[in-house]
Amino acid sequence: MSILLPELPAGPLSRLRWALADGWTVTLRGLLHLRREPGTVISGLLFPVMMVLMFGYFFGGAMQVPGGGDYREFLIPGMFVMTMVFGMGESVAAVAADKNRGVTSRFRTMPMAPSAVLVGRCVTDMLHSVLGLAVLFGVGLLMGWEAHGTTAATLSAVGLLLLLRFALTWVGIYLGLLMKGPEGITMVQTLEFPVGFLTSAFVAPATMPGWLGALAEWNPLSSTVAATRELFQNPGWGGDSWIAQHATVMAVLWPLALIAVFFPLAVNRYRHLTR
Amino acid sequence: MVAEGLRKSYGTAKVLDGLDLVVPQGTVCGLLGPNGAGKTTTVGILSTLLAPDTGRAEVAGFDVVRQSAQVRHRIGLVGQHAAVDEVLSGRENLVMFGRLHHLRPAAARRRADELLEHFRLADTGGKPVKAYSGGMRRRLDLAASMVLAPPVLFLDEPTTGLDPRSRNEVWAAVRDLVGGGTTVLLTTQYLEEADQLADSISVIDTGKVVAEGTPEQLKSRIGGDRIDIVVRHADELARAAAAVARTGASEPVVDADTRQVGVQVRDRATALADVVRALDLAGVTAEDISLRRPTLDEVFLHLTGTDRATAQQDGPNTKPKGVLV
Repeated sequence: MSILLPELPAGPLSRLRWALADGWTVTLRGLLHLRREPGTVISGLLFPVMMVLMFGYFFGGAMQVPGGGDYREFLIPGMFVMTMVFGMGESVAAVAADKNRGVTSRFRTMPMAPSAVLVGRCVTDMLHSVLGLAVLFGVGLLMGWEAHGTTAATLSAVGLLLLLRFALTWVGIYLGLLMKGPEGITMVQTLEFPVGFLTSAFVAPATMPGWLGALAEWNPLSSTVAATRELFQNPGWGGDSWIAQHATVMAVLWPLALIAVFFPLAVNRYRHLTR
Repeated sequence: MVAEGLRKSYGTAKVLDGLDLVVPQGTVCGLLGPNGAGKTTTVGILSTLLAPDTGRAEVAGFDVVRQSAQVRHRIGLVGQHAAVDEVLSGRENLVMFGRLHHLRPAAARRRADELLEHFRLADTGGKPVKAYSGGMRRRLDLAASMVLAPPVLFLDEPTTGLDPRSRNEVWAAVRDLVGGGTTVLLTTQYLEEADQLADSISVIDTGKVVAEGTPEQLKSRIGGDRIDIVVRHADELARAAAAVARTGASEPVVDADTRQVGVQVRDRATALADVVRALDLAGVTAEDISLRRPTLDEVFLHLTGTDRATAQQDGPNTKPKGVLV
């Protein structure tokens, strides 16, 4: 059972090649999970669909879109954003499970690129999110929602959603590396609701008490919601505050700010894990 | 494998306090110590997971801090949990680890099959790990740490929570590896495990090595052989102890709960006959008499201070449980 040790990478180029190869191997692992446990994936995909149906049909009748317009058209872009938020919970759970089971420690004692574990996680989650968005797109279309803008505008909106998901992935990875047990994960998944609802996703912040409305407007998620509504040409709630007027710019800046904070935090945390 | 003056603190808690360790190539070193003595931290530092505050360590000839990539290339780690992917099958796990060790896809698959065969997992290699028993998981875990047949292997409590059969399987696998020239650092709470596997043992307590040597050397440190006598009736204990004391052995230790008198003897050839004769003269009925080497448990308790505390309790004035004659 003797094996030749593969050569360690020497230059930056071969290190990059190792990093890409390792990132891909870890991504493949994530994809195998999706294939092996379709039940988990499907329930993950169905949850936003259920929310959209509940809000669209149970509560939708009582909802007023400021300035008129169809509530379901108003709702769908908000649900796209919520799907990105729920996805973050999955990142947290996956990262925490690996850490607590010692899989992360094993990775860290292997001669693999340190970036690969986090990058692989991130790519897996992004692919998962594309799938989730596609399903919700289909459901939206069935419910009579439409992207009225140009193809370029629609693609930009999808781009903004994935940018947000990318940023939230790094938040999720960081939180997952902090978790000591399953309790924390439940807490994160519970907190997704108030954080997600305290936005313009379901109702106009103008209908909330003043201070709460301001908080909702400045919630980074609201910027993406408002920007995608604009790009899809779905009814929005307007709003004349600075943040509401600059939704598209902020839908780019907020996620970049989150990445700037949480990417280094996550990488640093990974490198200095104590177990 | 060499460690010199390793220190590591978390906040004010000193976990390692100047730990030194030398493990020659191709041998098994057992790291023994009570919970919290610093075993896992030591393994963490030597396997590049943690950086020491001060001190240095070399594994397979490379510095664990400055040359961690080279070290990682030559080690395998089996931690306290089976660190494998539960959803993937055993084979998929091993192929993944092979790929992460930069074997080519075909080589990784071939190696996975070899390892499955070697660890008697070939039949179950296609099943998801979730369906594995504890022993199978452990064997897969060992296999995963040996994808590159590393020259140095860390085993951190490899058999904790396993049934005796699975434990024997893991032991056999470890012996096999050592036969092939692997250097092993093993931490364990089971002294029997260290006795079975280790060439040398380092006992650590409060972050430093308090004793080291072969299992035999450690055992002889607390004196020679032992004779244990179990009497039929508890009221015979005092007479038995007095009789044994007259043979010139060490002071007998009496345990009323197990109706047992234990004594350390110097010359195992004559001591047993002397004790039997003395008991006979005193008219004590012995249910069982055994002559044995001290166990590592006794060594361990002696060295890590638990024994000191009990010995004081067992003093002639307090007499809580044992009677010192």
